[in-house]
Amino acid sequence: MPELAARLQLTGISKRYPGVLANDNVSLTVAPGEIHGLIGENGAGKSTLMKVVYGAARPDSGEMRWNGAVVQPSSPAQARKLGIGMVFQHFSLFDTLTVVENVALALPGKLDRAQLARDIEAMGRRYGLPVDPSQHVYSLSVGERQRVEIIRCLLQQPSLLIMDEPTSVLTPQAVEKLFGTLHQLSSEGVAILYISHKLEEVRTLCSRATVLRGGRVTGVCNPREESVASLSRLMIGAEPPRATGVAREAGADQLIIDHLSMEPQERTGKPLHDVSLVVRKSEIVGIAGVSGNGQNELLSAISGEDARAPARSIRIGDTAIGRLPVVARRALGLAFVPEERLGRGAVPALGLDLNTLLTHDTGLTRHGLISHAAITTLARSIIERFGVKAAGPAAPAKSLSGGNLQKFIVGREVVKSPQVFVVSQPTWGVDVGAAAQIRQEIVALRDAGSAVLVVSEELEELFEICDALYVIANGRLSQRIAVRDATIEQIGELMGGAPASGAGAEVQHAAA
Amino acid sequence: MLRLEARPVPSKLMGYAAPVIALAITVVFGTLLFLALGKNPAASLRVFFVTPLENARGLSEVALKMIPLLLCSLGLAICYRSNVWNIGAEGQLVVGGVAAGGMALLASPDSTRAFFVLVLLAGMLGGMAWAAITALLRDKFNANEILVSLMLTYVGGLLLIYLVNGPWKDPKGFNFPYSKTFDAAAMVPKLFAGTRLSWGVLIVVVVLAAAWIFLSKSKAGFRLQVAGQAPLAARFAGFSAREGIWASLLLCGALSGLAGALEVAGPLGQLTPQISPGYGFAAIIVAWLGRLHPGGCVFASFIMALIYIGGELSQSRLGLPAAITGVFQGMLLLALLTADTFIHYRLRKA
Repeated sequence: MPELAARLQLTGISKRYPGVLANDNVSLTVAPGEIHGLIGENGAGKSTLMKVVYGAARPDSGEMRWNGAVVQPSSPAQARKLGIGMVFQHFSLFDTLTVVENVALALPGKLDRAQLARDIEAMGRRYGLPVDPSQHVYSLSVGERQRVEIIRCLLQQPSLLIMDEPTSVLTPQAVEKLFGTLHQLSSEGVAILYISHKLEEVRTLCSRATVLRGGRVTGVCNPREESVASLSRLMIGAEPPRATGVAREAGADQLIIDHLSMEPQERTGKPLHDVSLVVRKSEIVGIAGVSGNGQNELLSAISGEDARAPARSIRIGDTAIGRLPVVARRALGLAFVPEERLGRGAVPALGLDLNTLLTHDTGLTRHGLISHAAITTLARSIIERFGVKAAGPAAPAKSLSGGNLQKFIVGREVVKSPQVFVVSQPTWGVDVGAAAQIRQEIVALRDAGSAVLVVSEELEELFEICDALYVIANGRLSQRIAVRDATIEQIGELMGGAPASGAGAEVQHAAA
Repeated sequence: MLRLEARPVPSKLMGYAAPVIALAITVVFGTLLFLALGKNPAASLRVFFVTPLENARGLSEVALKMIPLLLCSLGLAICYRSNVWNIGAEGQLVVGGVAAGGMALLASPDSTRAFFVLVLLAGMLGGMAWAAITALLRDKFNANEILVSLMLTYVGGLLLIYLVNGPWKDPKGFNFPYSKTFDAAAMVPKLFAGTRLSWGVLIVVVVLAAAWIFLSKSKAGFRLQVAGQAPLAARFAGFSAREGIWASLLLCGALSGLAGALEVAGPLGQLTPQISPGYGFAAIIVAWLGRLHPGGCVFASFIMALIYIGGELSQSRLGLPAAITGVFQGMLLLALLTADTFIHYRLRKA
């Protein structure tokens, strides 16, 4: 027994799901007041482990001790009663209710609303989480919504707070504020379990970290004494290579967006305001921004999935494409990789061979009939050239891991040597090794003369591969910024865009 | 206690086994039903599933019933694979029959022997026109195609009743609500003397092959199915969702209308107030029992045809009510839906 009982001690936790051992003999200890990082790639078993702690899953074997006593919470409600709070990656708030109503729903017993509103404000002041309890959730920015989630957790006075990938939706400035709050909580004795795959963050925030790979603990360390490279070695077993290329002189304007303003197709979408950008031959241009600020609307207008833009407001070279259908834009040399892989970039139940038919318009059919030999050959060549791990050309798209499917989809477009290549969140949810390979392919495409537009939330990625950047916030695009002159702080400020109240105004504007 | 647990991947085996299991369950419950009615179950089941197959005449009657079931179910399979929920094959069949009947009434003893081709084309166009209403309302106003196609079925039925009671009633028909019988030139030629089987059988074989090629080999069929399975992927690829709605409904309308035409210009020989004992609805069961696959639809339409014939025989031989056909169809559908659950789920001890 340690002299002081750990707040949370997991010993030998194993959890098997059909076909996969999600946790294999995992042990982890969190002391009171400690900020403990739990890092690992997607699918490493982080979420399963947290479900066990939060009572949402029952382990097959192993022991959980809470302040020294053996416990096995059988539901999240029981876990909350013990003093375990969790802030999920995807928010669980009702858009049409106010902040105070949302909080009241999560708390047991009958509550005095006015008192609760005062409690929310007091809690917000104490931890630097300002929110207006009477505001409706739909009018809040993503950062504000997260504050509501955290306050809702804190009102139950947890002694362990689990944060699941909390920064994936935040601007760099908002991340800093969040870290301030977490430090204050930890100084008051609250233990924090911080789940992330962003190594820089864990190095900044955590004093100890447990690394998971393939369901097993591959290391426990003080991340401040480690480098990103050594941490990622623990995480993936190898150091990520950096994309390299020879930046050539950029050439003629290839993709031009010219004062594009557009109402969204869907009511919940963002209107685009006077968006202008240029991507030249042999350059990579990035668009940074927190998701939901108009990226999807802009990309759909470029890809042709939304063909309502004024014709001349989007051009490839001199050809106005704003109103052209998707197939005609492809014929002009445009290739697009969407953010969603399963269901948009690929049909889940169909084989990779048939999925090539989505974006390859020539050479695969004869007299309207699909040439099985041609699609098999094409799929196999993509699999081989890009090192896609798949059972074969006929393997269903959904049987591939996220990273391998993304390699296939990127490869499917890259083999066409497109004049204009547009890619959204190229490495989102992709493991470090595959991400490096995908970035390398994008750079190689530029070196071969393509005009490339990359939309990403990962600033580091954009700084690594882009020649120039724009920032999108609230449906408006910033001026063009050369990457060699830009700083992360400058981009972060632009990402914050209009003040938070602006988000609410946009929603009302869109609804009107 | 047992509980249902989601399978990590849908079971392929269960996908094929479910129709067989459903058939077995239907037989078990059929046995219980016959017992409850005081009939000898073995003899009763024999009437249903064996007697129709004992001689050439019975076999030809089964084949005759398979024709409309198979045509409608192929059209429906195309719709369902495209995620278009057409429930109105019955109405498309009836209106196809009406259009075919209208054309057939134009024939005279002097007409060419090929006149029946016009009759069949009219039937297909009639079915397509009826399906086009559903497609138009769905395309322009986003009206739910399940409700529209279903309700149009009843409108189609009323149209037929109006015509045979009014303008198209045979003046020499003793005031019965029938049209005059068609001239021989309008009738689909017989395949063998002595049976009611017509060239319709050959047409169905051709349609079956075409449907199989369309669904599994053609780019057009591929586009439809992508639009059905993954609408966002279809939009991403530039396959039009509107094209999917129109193409699948028009194809199904054409096939159902052809089925109606083959009925009126075949076994019926005239228009009557009821030209289909619910083939278009039974074909929904057929399509799913056949796993939305042309080959499977052949097997499933054979089973469904047996139930139709068996139902008729059991009225005369066992004195059972006419509703027995519908009861068996219903049991089969419920059993299939139940068995299909186990494609995505499995039983576990809790």
